[in-house]
Amino acid sequence: GIGVQRGSEDLLRWATYAPIESGHDGKVKGLRATGLEPVRRSLAGWGRTAPSVASVQAMGTDEQVADAVGSAGPRGVVVRGLGRSYGDAAQNGGGSVLDLTGRDRILDVDAETGVVVVEAGLSLDRLMRDLLPNGWFVPVTPGTRFVTVGGAIAADVHGKNHHVDGSFGSHVRSIDLLDAQGRIRRLSPSDPLFWATVGGMGLTGVILRATVAMTRVETSSVIVDTLRCRDLDALMAAMGDDDRYPFSVAWVDCLARGDALGRSVLTRGRFALQSDLTPRRRREPLAFAPRSLATVPDLVPPHLLNRLTVAAFNEAWFRKAPGERRGEVQGIASFFHPLDGVAHWNRVYGARGFLQYQIVVPDGCEDVIRACVEAFSASGTASFLAVLKRLGEGNAGHLSFPRRGWTLALDLPAGAGGLSPMLDHLDLLVVEAGGRSYLAKDSRMTPETVRAMYPRLSQWQELRHDADPRGVFTSDLARRLHL
Amino acid sequence: MKDAVNNVQNIVLLGGTSAIGLATVRALLGSRSGTRVVLAARPSPARAAAAAELTGLGAEVVATDLDVADLSVCREQVEAALAGPDDVDVVLVAFGVLGDQETAWQDVDVAAHLIDVNHRGAVVCGVLAANRLRQQGHGAIVLLSTVAGEQIRRSNFPYGSSKAGADGFFLGLGDAVSADGVHVLVVRPGFVRSPMTEGLADRPMTLTPDQVATAVVDGLNRRRRLVWAPAPMRPVMAVLRHLPRPLLRRLPV
Repeated sequence: GIGVQRGSEDLLRWATYAPIESGHDGKVKGLRATGLEPVRRSLAGWGRTAPSVASVQAMGTDEQVADAVGSAGPRGVVVRGLGRSYGDAAQNGGGSVLDLTGRDRILDVDAETGVVVVEAGLSLDRLMRDLLPNGWFVPVTPGTRFVTVGGAIAADVHGKNHHVDGSFGSHVRSIDLLDAQGRIRRLSPSDPLFWATVGGMGLTGVILRATVAMTRVETSSVIVDTLRCRDLDALMAAMGDDDRYPFSVAWVDCLARGDALGRSVLTRGRFALQSDLTPRRRREPLAFAPRSLATVPDLVPPHLLNRLTVAAFNEAWFRKAPGERRGEVQGIASFFHPLDGVAHWNRVYGARGFLQYQIVVPDGCEDVIRACVEAFSASGTASFLAVLKRLGEGNAGHLSFPRRGWTLALDLPAGAGGLSPMLDHLDLLVVEAGGRSYLAKDSRMTPETVRAMYPRLSQWQELRHDADPRGVFTSDLARRLHL
Repeated sequence: MKDAVNNVQNIVLLGGTSAIGLATVRALLGSRSGTRVVLAARPSPARAAAAAELTGLGAEVVATDLDVADLSVCREQVEAALAGPDDVDVVLVAFGVLGDQETAWQDVDVAAHLIDVNHRGAVVCGVLAANRLRQQGHGAIVLLSTVAGEQIRRSNFPYGSSKAGADGFFLGLGDAVSADGVHVLVVRPGFVRSPMTEGLADRPMTLTPDQVATAVVDGLNRRRRLVWAPAPMRPVMAVLRHLPRPLLRRLPV
């Protein structure tokens, strides 16, 4: 009777606080534990560096969120979605962290226009699975489907189509924001607070719901053109006509040196039309059921990724790519989210974790991109994920990352020697060029560099102060960077 | 906040003139400027010189008073050193007295002073620092201990036993606060050439404060519980620990 119930409740409590992961069925498990008491937990970002302990509480109703915000202690509160920010954006040492991944319903779909109203804890993965059969795709997807809509707005994520379609926030029609006083405000793009919230890293309030305009697609396949480039100049020249493609990104070998510096594989594509598909595929043109293919175990040998293994991987990857191939048909998962096929891939960097350095510099500052690639190549830091992409115009988000120019992103093992001074030095070049570094990826910048990179920071701080004078909404990121 | 590449923003050095403590602060500063450093020590030319040197390295130095031996003010002084709006990333408990060991086991005042500073003072700092860091859910506390506390020997047992008490307390403290996100690191250096050991002859495996600092920073980065400096001190002390007492007593260690 009672004893058994209590026992199973304890077991449930233990089981529901398993780490964030995506299951083999493709369903996303967050920190989810609706109805349970707050639990003290150590949280880190996707890079698994600099953890801190907070009181984590699963959220159900709007009233529960309002109560949690109203009863926040001196260390404040921040929301956590699926924990894909690389650094400390969704952690709040000593304070409260609200887990919204249980609030994941699609509330309304306009079948004519593709405008949807969703709860902020909904993952892009679920949104794709549920709406692709009706011919609607998310307007923007980052390199992983396992982000929530709330997180996509708070980080104003971008994807392979940024040069054409802009970032996620540009497709949001309205946001229901719960502010520090516990009021729910419906924000539209004409409100200044809307643009303080888009890219605002969750520091203006709790995003409860959003209205998002989806994109019409005929199929769930992508027609891909691949081009192998022998060096950085060849790549940048080839990317000159990116505007012909809605989707474009380049993988860069950051270990190649000398003449091969910046050798790369450029992949660009567009959604297939039904007429592009073979008759067999045409029978189910909108099929989408990606599965997790493998899981990285929690214990990997230290230094699994080193100069030699990564150089071998890069060599194979470069040679595997065709010199030039046109019209290849790929699925959504393999084109947009290749790493989502490996659950917990962030574990391959071992216990010390890793970070991602992502910067953008304006057109005309290609020399800064070159300086970065040269620096990483010379240091021999093992980075097996480096991508270069052209970005289009930025939006009105005060702290939104994208702006017109070139963005370079690469993963780096956190324990690599000399990494901190090298990145600090590259930051100076980026600031000088009028560029910036991405807050959703950051785990190491200084308050001074952020001020220099985001000239509208003080304007954002005024809006935030008006909306939240006591500073209830805060995070480790906000404390570290004095946001 | 500590960041992904182990840069820190706020360091509190309790024992603000300690050679090993200052060497550790220098190592933690790295190439960044603007790091806040609290130097808690008795007012002295040495404290002023340390403050000036660290300021020259780009740190924002705050000097506060700390007299660990004065039981009536020690608690408030430590609390003041730990106070402030910014999170504390690292607390270094670096003070200690050695003194003349032969006097220390015959003069009750000298013996009690060793305990007051090395054991009682360290424990007071450990408790207050842990309280502070638990509230913020992250941060590290470092105790500069000694190999002399691992196996108490005839040559320096007043010092060794006073440090052993603190050593054990901090190891246990680390277990108690790890669920709160607080990291406690106990560092056991061998013989270090520093003002504290001035006038004593070098021993095998003598270290400089900078070498100990390197071991401290490495232990912090790897989130280790216990670090020996140099590393071979661990097997050496393990052997000493298992020697029969009559033999150990006769050894020149």
